[in-house]
Amino acid sequence: MITAAVEEQQNYLNAGYGLKSWLLTKDHKRIALLYLATITFFFFIGGVFATLIRIELLSPHGNLVSSDTYNKLFTMHGVVMIFFFLIPSIPATLGNFFLPMMIGARDLAFPKLNLLSWYLLVIGGLFAIFAMVAGGVDTGWTFYTPYSTTYSNTWVVATALGIFIAGFSSILTGLNFIVTVHRMRAPGMTWFRMPLFVWAHYATAIIQVLGTPVLAVTIVLVAAERLLHLGIFDPARGGDPVLFQHLFWFYSHPAVYIMILPAMGVLSELVSVFSRKRIFGYSVVAFSSVAIAVLGFLVWGHHLFVSGMSLYAGMVFSFLSYFVAIPSAIKVFNWTATLYKGSISYATPMLYAFGFIGLFTIGGLTGLFVACLGIDVHVTDTYFVVAHFHYIMVGGAIMAYLGGLHYWWPKMTGRMYPEGWAKLSALVIFVGFNLTFFPQFILGYLGMPRRYHVYPDEFQVLHVLSTAGASVLAVGYMLPIVYFAWSLRYGKLAGSNPWKATGLEWTTASPPPPHNFDQIPVVTHEAYDYSAVIDEEVPVG
Amino acid sequence: MVSEPHVETLALREQFDTAAQQKDASSLGMWIFLVTEVMFFGGMFLAYTVYRNMYPAVFGAASRSLNATLGAINTAVLLCSSFTMVLAVRAGQLGRRKVVIIFLVLTLILGMVFLGVKAFEWNEKFQEHHVPGPAFHLEGTPQQGEAQLFFSLYFAMTGLHALHMVIGAGLLALLIYQTYKGRFSAAYYTPIDMIGLYWHFVDIVWIYLFPLLYLIDRHGVKP
Repeated sequence: MITAAVEEQQNYLNAGYGLKSWLLTKDHKRIALLYLATITFFFFIGGVFATLIRIELLSPHGNLVSSDTYNKLFTMHGVVMIFFFLIPSIPATLGNFFLPMMIGARDLAFPKLNLLSWYLLVIGGLFAIFAMVAGGVDTGWTFYTPYSTTYSNTWVVATALGIFIAGFSSILTGLNFIVTVHRMRAPGMTWFRMPLFVWAHYATAIIQVLGTPVLAVTIVLVAAERLLHLGIFDPARGGDPVLFQHLFWFYSHPAVYIMILPAMGVLSELVSVFSRKRIFGYSVVAFSSVAIAVLGFLVWGHHLFVSGMSLYAGMVFSFLSYFVAIPSAIKVFNWTATLYKGSISYATPMLYAFGFIGLFTIGGLTGLFVACLGIDVHVTDTYFVVAHFHYIMVGGAIMAYLGGLHYWWPKMTGRMYPEGWAKLSALVIFVGFNLTFFPQFILGYLGMPRRYHVYPDEFQVLHVLSTAGASVLAVGYMLPIVYFAWSLRYGKLAGSNPWKATGLEWTTASPPPPHNFDQIPVVTHEAYDYSAVIDEEVPVG
Repeated sequence: MVSEPHVETLALREQFDTAAQQKDASSLGMWIFLVTEVMFFGGMFLAYTVYRNMYPAVFGAASRSLNATLGAINTAVLLCSSFTMVLAVRAGQLGRRKVVIIFLVLTLILGMVFLGVKAFEWNEKFQEHHVPGPAFHLEGTPQQGEAQLFFSLYFAMTGLHALHMVIGAGLLALLIYQTYKGRFSAAYYTPIDMIGLYWHFVDIVWIYLFPLLYLIDRHGVKP
């Protein structure tokens, strides 16, 4: 019997049982699942805050929560979603699981460090949760001084400490990935045979390693100012609060690329496999990831156009922000070119990929609006900006994350998810997302400021539409939880390569054995060589 | 480095194929970690640069109040400790266990001397009311706020540097114990090498801190 045969085979899931075998594991695949559970938990916490925000905004008079509570809601929504969900999302789960497999390695270079980085995320998360339960924090996820250092009476230091600790989790993941890509590739796996997923994670890791320490020291200085009355950002002593903004955005703008670059890596895999074609312009797509990582460090000033920065600096940052759009656009064009004359199939991961391409394009183009000095003055701190970055982070990063999760689910668990339900959820999420956030572009352009919960009556229609969309979106996000759990027991057995894909991760069993490969593969082809399987349809359903 | 296979497997972790690959990975990982440390201190160096440009006179006056002699002594102490650390690494490379222990202990002692002098200096600052806060007072300048900025940076930068020293001292103690237990040999001394790199990095940070904080206006107008 097939089932019996599969169950007998040793894999990373049945290699050990019990809590200890998970909490002390050094297997990157198990650590990836620990991350998966953790960030899913944080995603729903962040989702609860989002829900409360949207319910509050149903009426223009602010009659559900007080202004103070509302400040805490959007702050904690941002903190949880960015630092405890989006930053670790794709790299720590899919990247952790598949980066070593894709380059033919038995594990990451530093497995213990990998486990440590998960613990750091959990400990950081506990601090953040403590801050929420104890009374919350209301500074906005940006912690602008001097409000955060002097005036806020909320749990700033506990939250900041949580972010500080989680930051080291991110740094260690990045460090591990860089060393792994440099030192752990299988024989024959040259740089230009690597999947673009690996290139994207390599570029992401560079940002994590170079950017996160700056956030860490900035947070230390804020905490020192609150606790020890050092006054580095204190205007009363000649300190400059705008310096805080520079330091903060030096990390936090590149952080956007920490969230979106891995998503782009996922996209390259999905588009290639479901159109049975080599990715168009492989090396250009690979280098565009690195270009985004480098240029991403030079654009932070576009968050400070109205913060009292010189006009000259504003013009330079505006120009550079346009410039960083080029490698992003290269990727979108190359994915589209890959589709051209491809043998396209519409499995769920591909639906998410299509969703990503459309929504990321809207998010990216509206990014050019806000990179333009004149328009930015009009839309700064409005819902236009809110809609813009949700199109990138939710429409882009989360779409790709879900697409990747569906694509690799059979490899991770050995079971197929139910295709019909999955397609339905992809559709529901796409519709719900657009209904939630498209009205926010209009709201912002009309002048609705972000972070307000009392607003003029004329904006109510658009807010109600947005809240309705959020409800649809919530249903869309619940569906995968249910059917993924269902598939663990009742899903069809996947086999080692259900998509007939070319990557090394598909050459080993599903779920993979503890050390990924029975024998370390010798690579003779570049990734995405679909010449042999071009005529084989991807089995759907 | 080629060594006998049975020696390699002693400390070879399962994800690696060869001892050389493992050593390369550790070394690259350590260098990347040091890059993150550069970025970490970099944020404070940036703040220092900005404020020193904004308030050069006050920063000069505040800098003169620091004890440059003690700073210079500490610089010498730290440079010596880097030297003993190098000798420890070299002895590790040659597999001479006792010599490794001697030089590691010397390094640790010099590190402790540095921290002791630092503690003495900080104590002096407390007594002179040079610690930012309501009781702050610096002679010779009307700009008390801006002078506090200097000392905020002074305490933040030397404090984080000292924290790195304390961590380094802990790591040295661990190394001494492990060397004593015979964990290392000429074929495997990676931890000594790596912690050596860390120690030198911490040393280099001080090499920048000392002139930037202590020496910026020694020959300027005396108050």
